[in-house]
Amino acid sequence: MSKLFMFEKPLGMRDTLPELYATKKQARNNMMEEIEAWGYQSIQTPTLEYFETVGAVSAISNQQLFKLLDQEGHTLVLRPDMTAPIARVAASRMKGEGYPLRLSYDANVFRAQQHEGGRPAEFEQIGVELIGDPTSSADAEVIALMVAVLKKSGLKNFSVAIGHVGFVNALFVDILGNEERANVLRRFLYEKNYVGYREHVKSLPLSSIDKQQLLNLLQLRGDHTIIAEAREMTENSGARKAIEELDLLWSQLECYGVTDYLKIDLNIVSHMSYYTGILFEGYAENLGFLLCNGGRYDQLLEKFNRPTAATGFGIRLDRLVEALGETPSSTPISLIIFSQERRQEAIEIAREKRENGERVALQDIAGIEDVDLFTSRYQDVAYCIGKPGKENNGL
Amino acid sequence: MSSSSTMLTIAMPKGRIFEEAAELLRQAGYQLPPEFDDSRKLIIDVPEENMRFILAKPMDVVTYVEHGVADIGIAGKDVMLEEERDVYEVLDLKISACYLAVAGLPTAKAVSVAPKIATKYPNVASKYFREQGEQVEIIKLNGSIELAPLIGLAERIVDIVSTGRTLKENGLVELERIQDITSRLIVNPVSYRMKDQFIDDMVERLSAVIEGEK
Repeated sequence: MSKLFMFEKPLGMRDTLPELYATKKQARNNMMEEIEAWGYQSIQTPTLEYFETVGAVSAISNQQLFKLLDQEGHTLVLRPDMTAPIARVAASRMKGEGYPLRLSYDANVFRAQQHEGGRPAEFEQIGVELIGDPTSSADAEVIALMVAVLKKSGLKNFSVAIGHVGFVNALFVDILGNEERANVLRRFLYEKNYVGYREHVKSLPLSSIDKQQLLNLLQLRGDHTIIAEAREMTENSGARKAIEELDLLWSQLECYGVTDYLKIDLNIVSHMSYYTGILFEGYAENLGFLLCNGGRYDQLLEKFNRPTAATGFGIRLDRLVEALGETPSSTPISLIIFSQERRQEAIEIAREKRENGERVALQDIAGIEDVDLFTSRYQDVAYCIGKPGKENNGL
Repeated sequence: MSSSSTMLTIAMPKGRIFEEAAELLRQAGYQLPPEFDDSRKLIIDVPEENMRFILAKPMDVVTYVEHGVADIGIAGKDVMLEEERDVYEVLDLKISACYLAVAGLPTAKAVSVAPKIATKYPNVASKYFREQGEQVEIIKLNGSIELAPLIGLAERIVDIVSTGRTLKENGLVELERIQDITSRLIVNPVSYRMKDQFIDDMVERLSAVIEGEK
C-alpha cells in the first residue's frame, strides 16, 4: 500500500461538516420526537461487542463485520446493527421488566463495504424494537410508526412493501418436499435473480401445476388485492396462515390510515434466515438504494436465553437525508469582533443576544488572520473596536 | 432514482447488443425514433414513450442501474456474473447469445509450473478455476484477450465466444465451456417497487415478443 496522506480516513469513513450536520440533526430530532411520542424509550449500547455473541447472531454477514482483538484475545466487532445489541439488553439488563418492551435507538453502525471504495462503512441508523408481543398489532404498530416517522422527517414520496416469509417458505417446502431444495430456490429470490429462478423451476421434476404456482409467485406484488390472489393460489395450511396474518395486518394498518403508502410484495426475501414472519422494506423516490427495512424476528431473543417474539425497523439516516434533498436554512450566527478596550462591552452584548436565543460568536480582532475571509462566513457582523462607547457597527 | 415517477430511464449497452435490444423494444411496441440507432448522443429522450435512454459501456450498465440513475438496463449475463451488483434480473431477453469459455493454443499443456489465465472477467475466471480446484494466476486485460496466449502472456484465456471466428482466426481452440450467456433486463431494486406498473408493463410486452419468437 502506498503511504497514506495525512488527511486520509479509513475506507468508507466520513466527516460530517456543519451544514450536513445541521440537516441530519434536524431530521434526527423530528424522527426521534415522533418515536418518543409513540412511547418508545431510547437506549444506548456499546460500539464494540463480542464477535461470538452479538456479532454471530446479527443479520449482517460475516464479511461485512469490522473485527478487532481485545487485550485478552477475544474477537470484537464494531456493531453492525442495533437489533442484536438491543436483544442482548432486553434479555439481560432488562430481564426484570415485563414484556412487551418498546425500545428505540439512534446510533452509528458499521459495515465493511465490498464494492467500490468510499461507500459509507459507518452510518447512522434510527429505529425501534418492539419486543415480546407476538400479535399482528405489534407488526401494525411498527409499520405505522415507520410511516409516521418518515412523514415527520419531511419525506414526501415514499413507499413501503410488505411481505411475509412464511408464505414463501411454506409454499416452497410444500411443493419441493424439503428445506434443502427450498433453500436453493429461496437463494434465487434473495439474489433478485428472477431469470435464474424461472430456469431452475422449469428444470425441476415437478407437475406443471406446481411449476406454474412457483412461477406465479413472482407476480405476487402490487396493492392489497394481491392478498386475495395469493389466497387463491394455494391450499397449503402454512401459506394460508401467512396470508391470513397479512390480511389481518392490512386491516389493522387501515385503522392507522397509512395504507396509501403501502404495497404487498410476497417476493421480499431481505435475508436468508433472519426474519420469521412479516417483513417490509421502504423506498423513497430519487434514491436508488433501500431507505429502511424491518420485520419480525422471533428467533433472535432465544439466542440470548430469553425466547420471545420481536419486531422492529431501522432507517438509514444518511440515505434519508439524501432523499430529502433540500437542506434547511441553517440558523444564522452573528459575529461580534472586539478589541481589547471594549472586551467587557462585547461580552455584555453577546450575553444579551444569547439570552434571547440568538447564536453569537465572539472574536478578538487580534486573533483573526484575514478579516474579509473570516467575516464572509457570517451574515451579521458587529464591531466593538476602538475607544469605549464609540459606535462603529457595520464598519 | 431518476427524476419523475412517470418517466423511465433505461441504460443501454453501446455496441454489439444495442441494435438487437433496440429492435426488441420496437417489436414490443415502443416508438423509438429512427435516428435512435445511429445517434452519437449519450442521452436520448423519447418523450412520446416517457422514456429516456442513456448509452453506456456494457460493463457499466449494471453500475448505472445499481445506483438508480437508470431504472432499467440491458446487460449481458457475463457482466452480471462479473460485477455481482444488487439489481433485479427480471427477464432473459434471449438476445446476443454467446457463451463464456476457456480457450488456448491447441498445443497448450494443461499443467505448467505457474498457469496463467488472461481475461476481461477476473471474478468469473477465478471463481471458475477455484471450483475446478485448479490454482491459476489471473491476468486482467481490457480487450484483445486472444493476444495473450499468442505472445506468451498466459497459456489460456477466459472470454465470451459467439461464433468462434475470432478464436479460429487467431489459431486458438475452445477448451472448456463455462456458461451460456444472453442479455438480461435488469431493474434497480427501488425502481422495481416505486415504478412497478411501468416496469411490469414493459416486462409483459417484452416477454410476449420473446415467447412469440421461440
